[in-house]
Amino acid sequence: MPIVTGKNQRWRVLGAHAFLIVLLIVTLFPLAAVISISLRPGNFANGSLIPREISLEHWKLALGFAVTTPDGIVIQPPFPVLRWLWNSIKVATIASALIVAFSTTAAYAFARLKFAFKMPILNSMLLLQMFPPVLALVAIYAIFETIGNYVPALGLETHGGLIVAYLGGVATHVWTIRGYFETIPVEIEECAKVDGASHFQAFFRVLLPMAVPILMVVFVLAFVGTIIEYPVASILLREESNLTLAVGSKYYLADQKYLWGDFAAAAVLSGLPITVVFLAAQRWIVSGLTAGGVKE
Amino acid sequence: MKTFDWKRAAGAGVAALAAIAGLWLVAAIYSAGQTMLALGALALLAAGLHVYASRAAIAWRYLFPGVVGMLLFVAFPLVYTMWIGFTNYSSTHLLSQARVKAYLLEQTVPDEEHSLEFTLHPEGDGLRLVLAPYDAASGTQRFVSAPLKLKGDKAATAAMSALPADLALTPALSTRDALAHRAALMALKLELPDHHVLGYAGVHEFGPSAAVWHENADGSLLRLDDRKTYWPDTSEGFYKAADGDRLQPGFKVAVGFANYARMLADQEFRGPFVSIFAWTVVFAALSVAFSLAVGCTLAVLLNWEGLRFRTLYRTLLFLPYAVPGFISILVFKGLFNQNFGEINAILDAVFGIKPAWFADPMLARAMMLVVNTWLGYPYFLVLCTGLLKAIPVDLYEASAIAGARPLTNFFRITAPLIVKPLSPLIISAFAFNFNNFVLVSLLTNGRPDFLNTKIPAGTTDILVSYTYRIAFLDSGQNFGLAAAISTVIFFLVAMLSFANLRVAARNARK
Repeated sequence: MPIVTGKNQRWRVLGAHAFLIVLLIVTLFPLAAVISISLRPGNFANGSLIPREISLEHWKLALGFAVTTPDGIVIQPPFPVLRWLWNSIKVATIASALIVAFSTTAAYAFARLKFAFKMPILNSMLLLQMFPPVLALVAIYAIFETIGNYVPALGLETHGGLIVAYLGGVATHVWTIRGYFETIPVEIEECAKVDGASHFQAFFRVLLPMAVPILMVVFVLAFVGTIIEYPVASILLREESNLTLAVGSKYYLADQKYLWGDFAAAAVLSGLPITVVFLAAQRWIVSGLTAGGVKE
Repeated sequence: MKTFDWKRAAGAGVAALAAIAGLWLVAAIYSAGQTMLALGALALLAAGLHVYASRAAIAWRYLFPGVVGMLLFVAFPLVYTMWIGFTNYSSTHLLSQARVKAYLLEQTVPDEEHSLEFTLHPEGDGLRLVLAPYDAASGTQRFVSAPLKLKGDKAATAAMSALPADLALTPALSTRDALAHRAALMALKLELPDHHVLGYAGVHEFGPSAAVWHENADGSLLRLDDRKTYWPDTSEGFYKAADGDRLQPGFKVAVGFANYARMLADQEFRGPFVSIFAWTVVFAALSVAFSLAVGCTLAVLLNWEGLRFRTLYRTLLFLPYAVPGFISILVFKGLFNQNFGEINAILDAVFGIKPAWFADPMLARAMMLVVNTWLGYPYFLVLCTGLLKAIPVDLYEASAIAGARPLTNFFRITAPLIVKPLSPLIISAFAFNFNNFVLVSLLTNGRPDFLNTKIPAGTTDILVSYTYRIAFLDSGQNFGLAAAISTVIFFLVAMLSFANLRVAARNARK
């Protein structure tokens, strides 16, 4: 950087700090507010942003315990938040594991095997991925309604159906893993084949152990992607006990039943783990962001 | 090798089992009358068996699951949506014509002329049911059942036999006591010795039921009580009588471009549709512009080595991106609440105003942009930071020698160098916000609505959320119309993707 420093450098630094601090306050205000609100008694704003008295009623309700108010009324937890969190984690884990399996095998074929129409297939998969499922919700709903007539475990209102619906989104992951496979020298697998390994053994025993880091990355990416998915889950799941967090959370802020404090506790409880996973995976997510635009 | 053979046998066994299970499913689908679906499933099954059983297609063994997943859940829904756009599929036209006909032909009414009066006579812990004609004119033959346990409402059939003259019956239950068994009686069918089956037809009677409809040879339906004929109208999707009377429910038929014609020609529909379209474009463009402006300014600022705590700032400023969207959007929904929200509490305390963020269209739109900028700027912060690192430092050294000020540096050096690699990402961000369903659905749900529209439409709705509303929320679940709008969006997205690829390719060439 240039070392020529003007006279007004100090003022500029101060100005920049002031600007950044104001922006930080604006940015972090919602996150700080929601934590404060979760600790504040009652479901309505009562003036102070920093709670005067700390109350754990919302946290107890979020964790599924009934709360007794001072005047003896027992409040039952309004929604099964932990159940929703469990549903979300279950669906996201199974779906991501399957997505990793499918995209790894497909990436192997694209990176190592010869077959007809290789690049056209890969390119059309990437092109298809540009149409988000939210555009085809009507069709997806109709498809799963039909599937449910013949295979009830994969129909509407089932987590099996939701998992299956998420399995279409493999193209970008195939692309990522293929890129990684291509950095691994093919000679190692060829040596294994010379020693008598079959195709599948060369893939499963030789290539995969070397690709574990990228598989972890893809798993985390798929996990975060499915756990925050809202549109498809919102049409496939309607029953309260079946919902995922992304679908269920909005019911706290319904017009007829506005549970602001309870929502805040549930949001912190369920948002925190996802945020931590996201921050931990930040590096890879960021490199994935740029991959689509500036490829090769 | 022995183990090898064993493995092959196991593989063949698994393949055979999969084939049997698959064929069973195909048969089930076919017998339900879904011929096209059965053919599709059969083709998929055949392809799968071919890939995994033959030795020819090694590569496809690896490709098959991923490619099938994409075809079934990404490609097929797109094609199917386009097809639905050409039909009248909706809550009033839910079933196929065959299913509607079957539904109508199954309708029955009790046949009062041949009804028999029943009485219940307790015996042991059961009840004997006795059927007798109402009057002597319709015969004197009486029937009796074995003692029945009338419990629950499970469907059951009881055999009736002629009442023997020597059977001593206990006194009949009163009407009130008999009514207590109504649920069980309604589920009960009585089979007479001549195999006629009677069903519950009223508080005192069991009777045969008669079909309401008769199918004529030409496919039309004849209503038996008033001899009125209804013909299937395959352009409107209804059974229709000569006088224009329509039967509910209607059935699914292709309607050509009717849904598209509605978008362009129907005055009442076109008004809100055009304003929603315009807002979608404005919303997507402004969201990208604001996020880009904030994100890039921050990136440039944080790239300045004279500033301390840069990593801390960067980490904290990245936070909005790490919080799951569905949570932060709902947090904003609560914070902006007119009466209970913290934002209005602050505004009220400082300026004495309480804006109606969710009731005033312009304020609601402004709120959407604020929230979306909050959600979107970290993306551009990260992108711009990466791109700034790639700019050679000596350019700034040269400009410093020439005495350039920071703004000049930005507009003459930084901006021109990052705009090119940014442009495809700006286009995809635009496409993303064009379809930013989650934000609209969770924040405003499209409200406040336009007044006086036939189909509810919101001033903050964007095209996808409007489509969702038409399909799944109010206004009669018009899947066909929703799918037609979706198809229009497909083409817009395709154009954006095409522009994206062109720009990326041009950047790569230069």
